[in-house]
Amino acid sequence: MSGLTRRSALGATAAMAAGLALPGSARAADFAGRTIEFIIPFAEGGGSDVWARFLAPFIARHLPGRPTVIVRNVPGGGSITGANEYAARARPDGLSLFGPSASTHLPFLLGDPRVRYDYARWTPVLVSPTGGVVYVSARTGVRNGSEIARLRDQELVFASQTATGFDVVPILALHLLGLKVRYVFGMRGRGEARLAVERGEASIDHQTTPAYRASVVPMVNAGTAVPLFSYGVLGADGQIVRDPTFPDLPHFGEVYRALHGRDPEGPAFAAYTACATAAFAGQKPAVLPRDTPPDIIAAWHRTIAAVVADPDLKARGEEVLGDYAQAVGADAERLYRVATTISPEARAWVRDYLTANFNVRF
Amino acid sequence: MTAALLDALLGLLTVDHFAFLMLGVCLGLVIGVLPGLGGIAGLSLLLPFLYGMDQTSALAMLIGLVAIIPTSDTFTSVLMGIPGSSASQATVLDGFPLAKQGEAARALSAAFFASLIGGLFGALVLTLFVLIARPLILAFGSAELFMLTLFGLSMVGVLSGANLAKGIAAASLGLAIGMVGAAPATGEYRMEFGSLYLMDGLPLVIVALGIFALPEIVDLLRGGASIAERAALGSGWFKGIADTWRHKWLSLRCAGLGAIVGAIPGLGGGVVDWIAYGHVVQTTKDRGNFGKGDIRGVIAPESANNAKEGGALLPTLLFGIPGSGSMAIFLAGMILLGLQPGPAMADRNLDVTYTIIWSLALSNVLGTGLCIALAPGIAHLTTLRYALIAPFMFMVISFASFQATRSFNDMVTLLVVGVLGTLMRRFGWSRPAFLIGFVLAPLAERYLYQAVQFAGWSFLTRPIVLIILALTVASLWAGLRRRPAGAAVNTEGVGGAATRMLPQILFSIAIAGLFAFTFIEGLGVSFLAQIFPVAVGVVGGGATLLVLVQQMRGPKEAGTANFDTEASVSDFGPWPYLAWFAALIGLTGLIGFFAALVIFFVTFLRVVARSSWVQTAVLTAAAALFILTLAKALNLVFPGGLLQDTYDLPWPFR
Repeated sequence: MSGLTRRSALGATAAMAAGLALPGSARAADFAGRTIEFIIPFAEGGGSDVWARFLAPFIARHLPGRPTVIVRNVPGGGSITGANEYAARARPDGLSLFGPSASTHLPFLLGDPRVRYDYARWTPVLVSPTGGVVYVSARTGVRNGSEIARLRDQELVFASQTATGFDVVPILALHLLGLKVRYVFGMRGRGEARLAVERGEASIDHQTTPAYRASVVPMVNAGTAVPLFSYGVLGADGQIVRDPTFPDLPHFGEVYRALHGRDPEGPAFAAYTACATAAFAGQKPAVLPRDTPPDIIAAWHRTIAAVVADPDLKARGEEVLGDYAQAVGADAERLYRVATTISPEARAWVRDYLTANFNVRF
Repeated sequence: MTAALLDALLGLLTVDHFAFLMLGVCLGLVIGVLPGLGGIAGLSLLLPFLYGMDQTSALAMLIGLVAIIPTSDTFTSVLMGIPGSSASQATVLDGFPLAKQGEAARALSAAFFASLIGGLFGALVLTLFVLIARPLILAFGSAELFMLTLFGLSMVGVLSGANLAKGIAAASLGLAIGMVGAAPATGEYRMEFGSLYLMDGLPLVIVALGIFALPEIVDLLRGGASIAERAALGSGWFKGIADTWRHKWLSLRCAGLGAIVGAIPGLGGGVVDWIAYGHVVQTTKDRGNFGKGDIRGVIAPESANNAKEGGALLPTLLFGIPGSGSMAIFLAGMILLGLQPGPAMADRNLDVTYTIIWSLALSNVLGTGLCIALAPGIAHLTTLRYALIAPFMFMVISFASFQATRSFNDMVTLLVVGVLGTLMRRFGWSRPAFLIGFVLAPLAERYLYQAVQFAGWSFLTRPIVLIILALTVASLWAGLRRRPAGAAVNTEGVGGAATRMLPQILFSIAIAGLFAFTFIEGLGVSFLAQIFPVAVGVVGGGATLLVLVQQMRGPKEAGTANFDTEASVSDFGPWPYLAWFAALIGLTGLIGFFAALVIFFVTFLRVVARSSWVQTAVLTAAAALFILTLAKALNLVFPGGLLQDTYDLPWPFR
């Protein structure tokens, strides 16, 4: 953990030096009459698409010169295609904003050979965090989260999309907790996996905050599902703290301590932290090419700060953004660096783990 | 409940809301008529406008668009033999022959009326079941879904033409091509040649356009003249309605089938029209006329595809699980409007659900009326020389194809699949069987693997599984009895007997090679990802070898399906026209789509259609304006070529 925080602090400092130290020093950028493209590496209709379409009118309202902001979808390759294209083509003119997501971060962190983009070459102006909750079916016999130790006596069934995507986070978490889990792959989305729990085919699952609140909370209220823990959020000091949306729910670290009697550490935990931050706390950044002139980046920072403070956004953003504080400026930079970096040892560990357990070939 | 229903209706009938409903219906009508463009493209067009709209207006607009597409897509299916969207592929089989016989009006009115029945039935299903559907939907686990994919595959029995071995080979070919990409069980890539594009698998819209639309366009071009051999529409508006009324039980049965297939999440709506078509053939005694212009072959798929939308809204609203591609975008629209789907839609947000239901019902009625009103105008197109229409068709299918991933690869895939489709059509390989295989391949593999992983082989003893198994066996029996004499539908029309067998034999050898490749590729992955490619390679390879043996023995042995018309026709076959399309794609690869399209239009109109310069200029300008409007609305950058890689050009040349 200490390695991670130190690195993130270093990253943040570097970022400050590169871009943030200059606001106000340059002339104000003006985008009047221009068209800003918000490029999303997914097809219409996904979570990132909805996020971008929700933000686009607010960005248009607050950018200097009130330009048109459009969302352009570049789908394919599970978002790798769009990210590669942005990395190769985007010009440093502040006119094209890119919105990668967890499925863009994770292949980068795991060292997927198809990846031709580098997060270090981008600079974030916004990071929208989300959270996630791991829950079990009441059929497991567990009545509340404090009984998690009882799960060690049985084989749990987890319905997953793939081992290398978003679900790598619960896979690593449940491995660290020492639970025995059988994974069934090939689900097409978290919704199908939740359905498998409702049908009784699967017994453990995780959902992001909006889906959890809409579809799992009714199950919890009906007594058919029991929440175990949240992934937590990244606190100001770089430590994982409880998710503000679920203040009564322990985060992963607390559950680990309760089960093992000590704090989690080592490469396995470093790998988990990197993946969990990429998938949740740092899930949706909006980035510009790093070599964009400082005055333009500064204008973007001011814009996004105004967007986030817009009372209209606060009133209407519940369904899309949840209760999470949108990270801007230095906060965005800090969160972004943590979410897009992994130590070589942790990367090696997670690759070996996935190869040994899930036949993944890198 | 009744009061809430009425409130929702009154809320919708205000001028504002109704105007937005009409807007959605009108846009849906246009999108539905354009081949290859369906709900996904239509809803994507509307997404940017949702910001700031009130919920009722926005939902009315979205539903208005979704509801009419399976009605209006019938136009091109019946009039041109090109499916207007993936929902009405099966309509082509009998609708187009009817149009050629001068009964387009009858076919269209029967189709529209059947669509209306289906649409209203879907709305009714949604109303009745929204409160109680949760347990029903939950009863379908992976085991049940796997059996349903088998049921879908059993339709190959009736859609395989007179030669069953060929039908099985065609379906296996679809299964093999549907397996390109990541294996559901392990995420390993198969048959992807290291390409990032192929890792996602081939998009359905491109495969459907390549298999059905491109060969038809090329064939119509080859025929010269206009599509309509006699009067454009003919008479028979009332006859068509009377036809549907006479077969109202069939229509309702298919509507029920459509609603059920739509409501079960995970199956997708891609084959609902084929299942309905298969159903009508199986349950009919006098099936000799299917494939040649039987009105029941129009009524069945059209009833089912409209009812599907109502059914598909159930899992979308109750579970937030989209039943189809267009429902995924509808879901995004709901979230943008501040509505999170889930159990609340049958409870706290029931008023919203009722608004959706009424929008669905109203837009079906409005849409049917509009389609009937516009039919004479649209049908007039079929009296024009096809050489004038063809470039527009090439343009629209290219546009529809690169809607899939916005890349040049989409167009190349369209061309490759188009060549395959042309050859299959020519040599009498059932394209419906191929498509069913293609759609169901990833589903069958995924659900079999999941069912076994979740429950072991004991999944076979679950009651619903056994019921579906019985239905599948019944369906196979109904499809195969009295073979080969007229038991199966000749989906590829009737061709003259070939005198030269060599081209067919070469094609079969190539297909056998493909199965061998599937088999070998299957051996290269881990066990769980191996079973399906190996099985498909063996079954498909075996069936193809059987076909080859028949073909070696000569035309008679190979069954009635000999479509090697090369021998009897003096022109160069479909190839010159395919070459035109290939040229459009090649040029796109050099200078980008928009510039290539303009050059293509001018050249094609001057050379093939022999238009005057004035006509060429007007038509080219119309095409350019049309494609620019659509691209602008979708914020689309056209696929670029080498030129775009080197220079930074302004939109639309970018």
